[in-house]
Amino acid sequence: MTTAISIQQVHKRFAAVQALRGISMEVPQGAFFGLLGPNGAGKSTLISIMAGLARADAGAIRVMGHNVVSAWRQSRHALGVVPQELVYDPFFSVREVLRLQSGYFGLGRGNEAWIEELLETLSLADKADANLQALSGGMKRRVLIAQALVHRPEVVVLDEPTAGVDVELRQALWHFARRLHREGHTILLTTHYLEEAESLCDEIAILNHGQLVTRDSKQNLLARYPWRTLHITVDRTSFQLPEALVPLLTSADDSCLTFRLHRERDTIGAVLAALQAAGLTVVDLSTEEVGLEEVFLRLIGQSGEGP
Amino acid sequence: MSAGFNGRGFWTLFTKEVRRFLKVTVQTVLTPMVTALLYLLVFGQALEAHVEVYPGIGYSAFLIPGLMMMSIIQNAFANSSSSLIQSKMTGNLVFVLLAPISSLEFFAAFVLAAVVRGLLVALAVYAVAVLFVDLPLAHPWAIAVFAVIGSATLGALGVIAGIWADKYDQLAGFQNFFILPLSFLSGVFYSIHSLPGVWQQISHFNPFFYLIDGFRWGFFGQSDSSPVLSLAVGSGFLALMIALALARVSRLRA
Repeated sequence: MTTAISIQQVHKRFAAVQALRGISMEVPQGAFFGLLGPNGAGKSTLISIMAGLARADAGAIRVMGHNVVSAWRQSRHALGVVPQELVYDPFFSVREVLRLQSGYFGLGRGNEAWIEELLETLSLADKADANLQALSGGMKRRVLIAQALVHRPEVVVLDEPTAGVDVELRQALWHFARRLHREGHTILLTTHYLEEAESLCDEIAILNHGQLVTRDSKQNLLARYPWRTLHITVDRTSFQLPEALVPLLTSADDSCLTFRLHRERDTIGAVLAALQAAGLTVVDLSTEEVGLEEVFLRLIGQSGEGP
Repeated sequence: MSAGFNGRGFWTLFTKEVRRFLKVTVQTVLTPMVTALLYLLVFGQALEAHVEVYPGIGYSAFLIPGLMMMSIIQNAFANSSSSLIQSKMTGNLVFVLLAPISSLEFFAAFVLAAVVRGLLVALAVYAVAVLFVDLPLAHPWAIAVFAVIGSATLGALGVIAGIWADKYDQLAGFQNFFILPLSFLSGVFYSIHSLPGVWQQISHFNPFFYLIDGFRWGFFGQSDSSPVLSLAVGSGFLALMIALALARVSRLRA
């Protein structure tokens, strides 16, 4: 598999703050890649360097093989960035800003059909001639995505695309991001919503304090924390818990018991059998699978301060 | 491809900057034109009968080229500086910075748009003023050359100020404490020969004086200073502003 983004030993300092401390990693072509980390971890700095908005003090980044400094025009053609902030130009309409953005990339009338397609796909056709100022926040977010895609980049960076958006738009954005991925785009997603990364990404890197804490597939990361939680409600409040279950118990509140089970060593069946053997009847039961959030917190905790 | 010139990118940015100010013509063209004409009305009426700066040239006629160049100076500066600071404050400058547009293409687009606005306001002042005042055109080429040098210089200075300023307040300070006094004290309303000796000497250090003086020579064939010196100082000032502005833009563009 070829590399879409190659990051080699990138360092960046802002005055007294060392924002990036020798980050190296590769994002394979066609990946849906999550870049996670607490505030100040260095995610935005890394994206800024990738996009040419900032320059690394040392190291190099290549997008589709093009060095972002020495071959900056090619690397920018290969990269589409959806900025984190909801920025827009209040002087122009949606169609006008898309034509402008297309022109900046050296594309002329030949790109009109694609602009119309983007307007349709992102449900912006009705508002194509409306001034940006008149649009809702959600619509402005769609325009930002259209602007990032107007030159058909191979790599798309979504910098916290769902921050502050409602559930409906979030679902629509997730749907669109999956579609872009299916169509062959490499997606780099930064997000604070770990649920989002877990749902969308197949590869994940976690940054903290300007360093790469880990970079692995989502499955491998989730497997690093092999616990799940079992909540059980029994038919009485006063009872003797079987000896075998005591090490698994994490909390007990009257008739509600919470156990932490190892994915491979412990089974729900064994817990239920032990309770039954002790004469207890289970009236309710639920389980919680461990998510990326626990993995994230553990890794961040190990690498320094928490988020 | 990193070398070369992204012609369409430059053209798109240039036309965007022109369309931006044309969308608010009342503010960007009509208001400065009316302001200049008010100066002409007030000072022309008050001084026409009392002041003759050059032999055979009425005061109102003398005043018009000065007001035109003052409009060029102020509006060319305002165009690039206000567009840049607005784009910075609203954050939409990022769309240009993410695109494959070089520092030179970026700079040239902003400066050329400033030139267009400067010339448009000057032409508007001229078109109305000549309805009331006879104005000779001794050297039209010089009028065009000084108008372009003046507007390009101030467009470049506007790029510098627009990138430097982080707040509208800083830009207003630059405009009100630097551009405005230098343009007012450059011989718009008077010949520097009418000033006391020391002020005459000081005026020779004001680059705006040469822009106005050369421009006025284009109309009357008469001026306070040699038109060759004015052209040399104007071109030198333009070259300096281009160099400084390009350095600023390069830093902005990482």
